[in-house]
Amino acid sequence: MSQQTASPVEIQMNGPDIQQMLDTSVLTTRADKFIAWGRKNSLWPLPFGTACCGIEFMSVVGPRYDVARFGAEVVRFSPRQSDFLLVAGTITEKMGPILKLIYEQMLEPKWVLAMGACASSGGFYRAYHVMQGADKIIPVDVYVPGCPPTPEAVIDGIMKIQELIASGRRRPVQR
Amino acid sequence: MAFDISVLQKDLSEKVGAKLEFTRAFGDDVVSFPKEKLLPMMTHLKERHGFQFMLDICGVDYPNRAKRFDFVYHLYAPSSKGRLRLKTQVGETETIESLTPVYRGANWFEREAFDMFGIRFAGHPNLRKILTHDDFVGHPLRKDYPADRQQHTDRVQPIWFEPSQGSDSHPDKSLVPINIGPSHPATHGTLRIMGELDGEIVKRLNVEIGYLHRCFEKMAETHFYNQIIPYTDRLNYCSAPMNNVGFCKTVERMMGVDIPPKAKAMRIVLSELSRVIDHLVCIGTNCVDLGALTIFWYIFEQRERVYTMFEKLCGARLTVALTRVGGMAYDNPSGWEQECLETVKGIRKCIDELDQLLTENKIFIKRTLGVGKISAEDAIDFGFTGPCLRASGVNLDLRKAQPYYGYDQLDFDVPIGTNGDLYDRYLVRMEEMRQSLKIIEQVCKNMPAGDYTIRDKNIVLPEKKDVWGNIEGLMNHFMLVIKGIRPPVGEIYDSTEAANGELGFYLVSDGGPRPYRLKVRPPCFAIYQAFPYMMQGQYVADVIATLGSLNIVAGELDR
Ligand code: SF4
Repeated sequence: MSQQTASPVEIQMNGPDIQQMLDTSVLTTRADKFIAWGRKNSLWPLPFGTACCGIEFMSVVGPRYDVARFGAEVVRFSPRQSDFLLVAGTITEKMGPILKLIYEQMLEPKWVLAMGACASSGGFYRAYHVMQGADKIIPVDVYVPGCPPTPEAVIDGIMKIQELIASGRRRPVQR
Repeated sequence: MAFDISVLQKDLSEKVGAKLEFTRAFGDDVVSFPKEKLLPMMTHLKERHGFQFMLDICGVDYPNRAKRFDFVYHLYAPSSKGRLRLKTQVGETETIESLTPVYRGANWFEREAFDMFGIRFAGHPNLRKILTHDDFVGHPLRKDYPADRQQHTDRVQPIWFEPSQGSDSHPDKSLVPINIGPSHPATHGTLRIMGELDGEIVKRLNVEIGYLHRCFEKMAETHFYNQIIPYTDRLNYCSAPMNNVGFCKTVERMMGVDIPPKAKAMRIVLSELSRVIDHLVCIGTNCVDLGALTIFWYIFEQRERVYTMFEKLCGARLTVALTRVGGMAYDNPSGWEQECLETVKGIRKCIDELDQLLTENKIFIKRTLGVGKISAEDAIDFGFTGPCLRASGVNLDLRKAQPYYGYDQLDFDVPIGTNGDLYDRYLVRMEEMRQSLKIIEQVCKNMPAGDYTIRDKNIVLPEKKDVWGNIEGLMNHFMLVIKGIRPPVGEIYDSTEAANGELGFYLVSDGGPRPYRLKVRPPCFAIYQAFPYMMQGQYVADVIATLGSLNIVAGELDR
């Protein structure tokens, strides 16, 4: 899908004949947008914290960085209750099937953020028991580099996810 | 009674007879023995010479030798402060007797050696893989296994129990099976607990580890010495600087390097700051397990302050890699010590508040007093060290027992518990934090002047101004980066008192720029294997509480 700069809704709303457009498809699009607005501001993350990045994620949730400001503080450890998987830390080969199982149990729509070098690519563990990135088994929407990324970077990543939700764009890689 | 190797040598040769060979390596006492003598010798050492602690067992692979593997045991006698390394050779197809009848703590260490090298142990109660997954073929720490050959799996093991826990390794149909983790909020990491419940009571419990096995030891064999320092950060990532210190201290001792006073002082300050935040995180998350979320928020603010202090030193918060072989990576910015003192004040206030909130809190006491007990004998037998051991009433702290970096000149106490329960572990950690703060204050007020690292061109990189400013600096930089640090041929074991206990590094060097073998002795590995035993017949809610109080850090556990 090509990227559109301005959303179709706004273009049409600025047009002359609003009533006519309301009769066509405008309302559904608006509803989408409205829902997306709600979704992006009430993400329920599932922190799949396995290693050092998981510790740094605690800081993201903790009092100083306070991810509540972005509406994503209700961390859920049940995949059924969350729509945002935060892979924070190294995924080993042994952990692989478990991560996959968790992702599959999450309900659509869902988004995935890979926090840190390990979750993005295996990091500096080019090793016999380390999976070379979470995207080897599940799709990933946003990659946050760093080892570990600073909490600011993670929050930036969460904002990218919010943009993604708002724009309705699909994830860059489909598997 | 001080440790005297000659007495031991005479006695052992008489008792065990046959072909014992006594040598010294960089100040460590080493005994080589034929493998048939293992059990009688260990029993004798334990019973007659006070070697109560079996600290570590590991293998070393020499593929071109007739008997391929070296098998290495590290023992410690707290009464005489003696340390002993025992070595034997085992061929690829041979078996060696299991040490579990003498030291219960040998169990997991032997399983690890089996997993990593394929060495078989006769009489081991449950010889199965421990770190790698079940579809993994081969033994990764053998020299002929390539470091980057991954193997995938799609399977998750169903719940299983040890043979010693009953003849059926599957859960009993009439009881409730329970599986916690490896991704579960109550485990704070990638730990998996499998249990069988009768109502609320745990009938059997077992644990599965290895979900965070990141191949630290293989990575160490494929990287230069200074490149390993960032990997050590990620062992116990709650107190990363302590791992840096432990590793660098080992290499430095091997190379005969004495680091400048300022570096020593800085290492103490960093270690103690790390100890404080490690304990804070332990207590904070443990309280979350008990349902007291407030404590967690309080504590994290203090942790952030310590991170800010780290950030000022090196720019990183969590994984700092602050030391180098030969000293520190950077000098302190001016005024850092002063800020550190301010931070200490803040933390002390927080700890006092915590104290008021928890120590006499009825609910807290009810949840912790008498829960998750382990006796001193059991703790020693399993190889406990650190706060968990001290809570059981054993006075062992390496900062006092074998002081390094001038800990003996500082004024601090080592708190000891009596019951070995959750409450005592909490009290010990609280007091340890206070003592650590006291240490930090003493050192920061008298920070030695002078250089922060040695200036040996074969060990430490020149400063950037020299690299860019003159040809000699450039050349030295180039040579060291290309050639790496090269410790002499030999082997060494060195240890420090980390937040969870004795953190040991056993290093074998072949004179090259990379370690031939680097084995970490992770404190929580020994502690965690006692967990199923401790939880037998307890309430399932106490399982979670106890787990938190043991402070198992997966990075260090699985490496
Ligand atoms: S990216 Fe770095 S900090 Fe994060 S889990 Fe991997 S090693 Fe740890």
